[in-house]
Amino acid sequence: MRSKRVVYVPNETSAVSLGANEVAEAIADKTDAVIVRNGSRGMCWLEPMVEVVVGAERIAYGPVTPEDVDGLIESDFLNGGKHDLLLGPTEEIPYLKNQDRWTFQRCGLINPLDLAAYLEHGGFSGLTHALESGPRGVLEQVKKSGLRGRGGAGFPTGIKWQTVADAKADQKYVTCNADEGDSGTFSDRMLMEGDPLTLIEGMIIAGFAVGASRGYVYLRSEYPLTRDIFEKALKVARAGGWLGDDIQGSGFDFDIDLHLGAGSYVCGEETAMLESLEGKAGVIRYKPPLPAVEGLFGKPTVVNNVITLASVPNIIAMSGDRYAEHGVDRSKGTLAFQLAGNVRRGGLVEKAFGVSLRNLIEDFGGGTASGRPIRAVQVGGPLGAYVPAAQLDILLDYEKFAEIGAMIGHGGIVVFDDTVDMAAQARFAMEFCAIESCGKCTPCRIGAVRGVEVIDRIIANENREANLDLLDELCDTMIDGSLCAMGGMTPFPVRSAVKYFPEDFMPPAGDNK
Amino acid sequence: MSDTDVTIEVDGVSMPATKGQMLIEVTDKAGIYVPRFCYHSKLSIAANCRMCLVEVEKAPKPLPACATPVADGMKVFTRSANAIAAQKATMEFLLINHPLDCPICDQGGECELQDLAMGFGRDISRYNERKRVVRDKDLGPLVSTDMTRCIHCTRCVRFSQEIEGLQELGTIGRAEDMKISMYIEKSVDHELSGNIIDLCPVGALNNKPYRYSARAWEMLQREAVSPHDCVGTNMYAHVLRGKIKRVVPRENEAINETWIADRDRFSYEGIYSGDRLPAPMLRVDGNWTEVSWEDALAKAAESLKAADGSSVGIVSSPSATLEESHLLSRIAEHLSCSNIDHRTRCRDFTDQQNDPVMPWLGCAIQDIEQADAIAVVGSNLRREAPIIAHRVRKAALNGSAVSMVNSNEYEYHFDVADYEHGAGLVEMLAGIAVAACDTLPDSIAAVCDGVKPSAGQKRIAKSLRKAESGLLLLGNIAARHEAFSAIRALAAAIAEATGATLGSLSEGANSAGAALAGVLPHRGRGGKKRSDTGLDVIQMLDKKLDVTLLCNVEPDADILASANAVKQLADHKFVIALTPFASDDLRECADLLLPVGTFAESAGTYVNCEGRWQSFHGVANPVDEARPGWKVLRVLANLLQVPDSDYQTSEEVRDELKNLLGDIEPDNRYRGDTPIGRPNGADAPDREIDVPIYQVDAVVRRATALQLTPEAQRTRAVAED
Ligand SMILES: Cc1cc2nc3c(=O)[nH]c(=O)nc-3n(C[C@H](O)[C@H](O)[C@H](O)COP(=O)(O)O)c2cc1C
Ligand code: SF4
Ligand code: SF4
Ligand code: FES
Repeated sequence: MRSKRVVYVPNETSAVSLGANEVAEAIADKTDAVIVRNGSRGMCWLEPMVEVVVGAERIAYGPVTPEDVDGLIESDFLNGGKHDLLLGPTEEIPYLKNQDRWTFQRCGLINPLDLAAYLEHGGFSGLTHALESGPRGVLEQVKKSGLRGRGGAGFPTGIKWQTVADAKADQKYVTCNADEGDSGTFSDRMLMEGDPLTLIEGMIIAGFAVGASRGYVYLRSEYPLTRDIFEKALKVARAGGWLGDDIQGSGFDFDIDLHLGAGSYVCGEETAMLESLEGKAGVIRYKPPLPAVEGLFGKPTVVNNVITLASVPNIIAMSGDRYAEHGVDRSKGTLAFQLAGNVRRGGLVEKAFGVSLRNLIEDFGGGTASGRPIRAVQVGGPLGAYVPAAQLDILLDYEKFAEIGAMIGHGGIVVFDDTVDMAAQARFAMEFCAIESCGKCTPCRIGAVRGVEVIDRIIANENREANLDLLDELCDTMIDGSLCAMGGMTPFPVRSAVKYFPEDFMPPAGDNK
Repeated sequence: MSDTDVTIEVDGVSMPATKGQMLIEVTDKAGIYVPRFCYHSKLSIAANCRMCLVEVEKAPKPLPACATPVADGMKVFTRSANAIAAQKATMEFLLINHPLDCPICDQGGECELQDLAMGFGRDISRYNERKRVVRDKDLGPLVSTDMTRCIHCTRCVRFSQEIEGLQELGTIGRAEDMKISMYIEKSVDHELSGNIIDLCPVGALNNKPYRYSARAWEMLQREAVSPHDCVGTNMYAHVLRGKIKRVVPRENEAINETWIADRDRFSYEGIYSGDRLPAPMLRVDGNWTEVSWEDALAKAAESLKAADGSSVGIVSSPSATLEESHLLSRIAEHLSCSNIDHRTRCRDFTDQQNDPVMPWLGCAIQDIEQADAIAVVGSNLRREAPIIAHRVRKAALNGSAVSMVNSNEYEYHFDVADYEHGAGLVEMLAGIAVAACDTLPDSIAAVCDGVKPSAGQKRIAKSLRKAESGLLLLGNIAARHEAFSAIRALAAAIAEATGATLGSLSEGANSAGAALAGVLPHRGRGGKKRSDTGLDVIQMLDKKLDVTLLCNVEPDADILASANAVKQLADHKFVIALTPFASDDLRECADLLLPVGTFAESAGTYVNCEGRWQSFHGVANPVDEARPGWKVLRVLANLLQVPDSDYQTSEEVRDELKNLLGDIEPDNRYRGDTPIGRPNGADAPDREIDVPIYQVDAVVRRATALQLTPEAQRTRAVAED
């Protein structure tokens, strides 16, 4: 008698929303296979993607619906049988094969709550290494790696950590920003669902490097499955002696609490996140003092994005220098780009910096889902500029993007085809700010509301020229005067829309008011 | 030059600064005005209004002066084209939502928004969609609201969090829906809450009683000193045609900083109460008749002349001015009368021989903040002296261990280290004394006999002992106590043993001045011991005197020792009352009523709890025929032929006393060594007397808005129980 087959069915939000749980149930009902609930490999358009272990390989089928299960069984999918949904060996799918999977190396490969599998795939080797080399050694490697914050601002992580490490205080904190509010982004969620132990490991290393004994994860409230998985992962880590007091007998104590976000975009801004973590309304604090000096409850605090922290174990395990060999100029290592919007193959692509936008959208993403020409791409969330199709050859590099007034941010890429109305998009940027602004400072609180009105007048062709000038000045005031990047960057998408797509702000032909 | 000193250049002028300072502090100090709404030197930095944007060399964008720390060599331009453009832009935004109702706004003429709009605004708005409208809030009887005018600077919110320590106000909602709101729709009720009126840079929060009664530019601003507690809060009275329209703070860093208590701000309404005494009145055959000033004073002089000094009594208010007190003291002297007292709220005089020359805080008001351990004994501090309570709170926030010892528990908005309550004051203090003293001084040996200190009492003793500058503060509840002698001796022993400074608050605005002037039965001017101790307040009431002179005293409300002072006084032969009000009390017990001015209608001097002399002019026209008290007493002195009593000005009166006093060093050390007996029943917790904050004197008792506050209603309800 042959041994039981192992079948992987992702337990990840997008797969589950497409019926992964029902698929897993059907397979369990109808076969004697062992079902492993892994994370997602990030190929959203193939979800639910079912993998069967055949020999040394994993053979993929997808997207699988519960109704397909009978047919798959008939096709003997447990032995890699032929079927319309057969994708071949997972590792050979070009979308995956052509990536630089470092931070996401285990994501989708293992059951995220299986500590043994985690260890077997190199998990906790970064932490083990860190505990051996001491806080200074860790700081040195992180600095050498050139790692920059993946949450938006791209601030060098090593310098941030050093500031916290140098601060003198009886208590320090490591906080993880998992509010993931940017439009078209999902890498934080995918990592926390697919490989939560990596984030935990990264936070422990951060705590060890800066001298913090407590960590907090601030999780977007709209991620219930993530919460469930991450909470279980914390338990798994604690039970295995990898979290809590005296981690692995090293004498180092570190524990993590999970907090749910308050459902506001601005709560993802670090100071508002700290306010929210303290139980207050998510309103921006002015800086200085930096959170690294006076952060959570007034104590020195590391605030890092999920992906920033999750990049660290790998860096420590393989050395900062090796990490820095990849990427370009001052943009080192890899970023988990997220393809969304009007794109044929939406999903997560981890690539070293220096890849072109066109490469990501056309080669990985396969162009627009509608099949129509690309007109604009918004990179970096709702505060990111629109990049026109003509500039798709730009390389993904923090500085290159800054040069054209755009930003990479959290790596979200939202594609629009030629049916998009860019005046409506500009209006939306202001409207989003008007709704999501914390309301603290004058330029953003008032500017965003009035910005919508001015754009409305432009669209209605009232005093068009004067209102375009007014819009420009309003943008200046928001950029110059706003307390945080919410108000300070909202003008970027607006201005890029006006700049690259002026025709959308023109009156309809024949209308000469 | 230390490494914290830096030099920056502002508008081409180089100036020194300290590392960590915000730019605006430096420019303010140099007299360079940077426009601002949210910044306030006494509040935390919010940096939300963005009005203070300035240009800084090498910075890519304008920076907020209130939230940009200085750096050596920084070049700042506050009036450059870029800076002005940024300021104007912010201004334009703020004006979009502003109702522009300046003609009907009380803030008009003194509005920071209006002022800045003149300088930075545009004439015509380029945004003409709807303005945002916000429903007004009911903040109670003191503060009116027009929330549509609010610019969300959060000064009021920060005030309530940081200065009051009580989150009375907060923001709710976000984005353009962000609003200032009260804590669950409650009115503002803190004793300092009126300060939000001054803090609000626009007309969103205004003075409710003052509402629509005058325009800022029509009024005269006159300096005044608060008459309601021993702090001597500096304030301005704003006067229109001789009448006070409102009161605002006058900054004095050493005393009240930029704050005043609500009691100081709103008491002026009492001046104009309906029961002012319009003219002198004489009781003839049991009926009151109006008489001329001349006849009234002649009658007063005649009665005093006819009486023997030993059967004359003088009871004066602890808020009488120094000049009034000096004149009373001189008159008494002339009449060979030592029955003179101002301690209308005290009840235990048995150890008065050991009183200090004058009641004294023991330190400067601002030094309280530096004390690293404070024990407040027998005080409802926030109600007795709100400004002192604020300083104590600041000390606590600075890390000082502040403890309270009181039979009743009163609320404070900071962490009280230990709150000893529930027992008698003497009993609790004895515990602390036993814990503090290695050997008990004779004076308190009997009181401490058999006492075992509780854990809390031990901790208080220890914190005072450990402190580098400890302060033990006796409040008014202690001073009013029937066992005050024991309390003071115990407090002195604790202070001595722990090295803490002993300080005390005192009743009214001028207990110190009255003591210095010799308005005491056992002490003459400058604390000189009298050979013939006269009658104290209690004894005077008990004795059916021939002539009794009351100066600014409403017997039932002001004299605590007796439950029926009016009835007792009615039995006196002839009672003369100098009073602004024709109160029922006085109509019942007095025979001659002389209308005198309130604090606002008379020049004078108060000596505050620090020993600071503060003189002031009359700020308002006297109501009807009222005259300044010192002038009335001067004429009386003339009529009695008191030598050299032809003073032309109040300053002359004051300076004479000053010369007579010479240098007097206040000293709170206790020198008594005779054992003080156990207080027995007098120490029962329910024997303590707390005078409600809005009942302390005749003017406050008549201030209508204050009487409508929840605080006044609550204390009235308790009193009526
Ligand atoms: C309006 C606004 C929203 C933001 N939202 C997020 C977010 O959802 N997640 C995040 O990691 N960073 C967010 N940021 C960036 C954070 O302020 C901060 O820079 C980041 O968490 C720092 O971590 P990093 O250095 O690892 O990037 C936001 C910033 C702004 C201004
Ligand atoms: S820019 Fe907007 S979100 Fe940021 S502090 Fe100002 S009001 Fe709040
Ligand atoms: S009410 Fe006045 S003080 Fe309070 S936030 Fe509004 S403008 Fe500022
Ligand atoms: S005064 Fe500086 S931002 Fe308001």
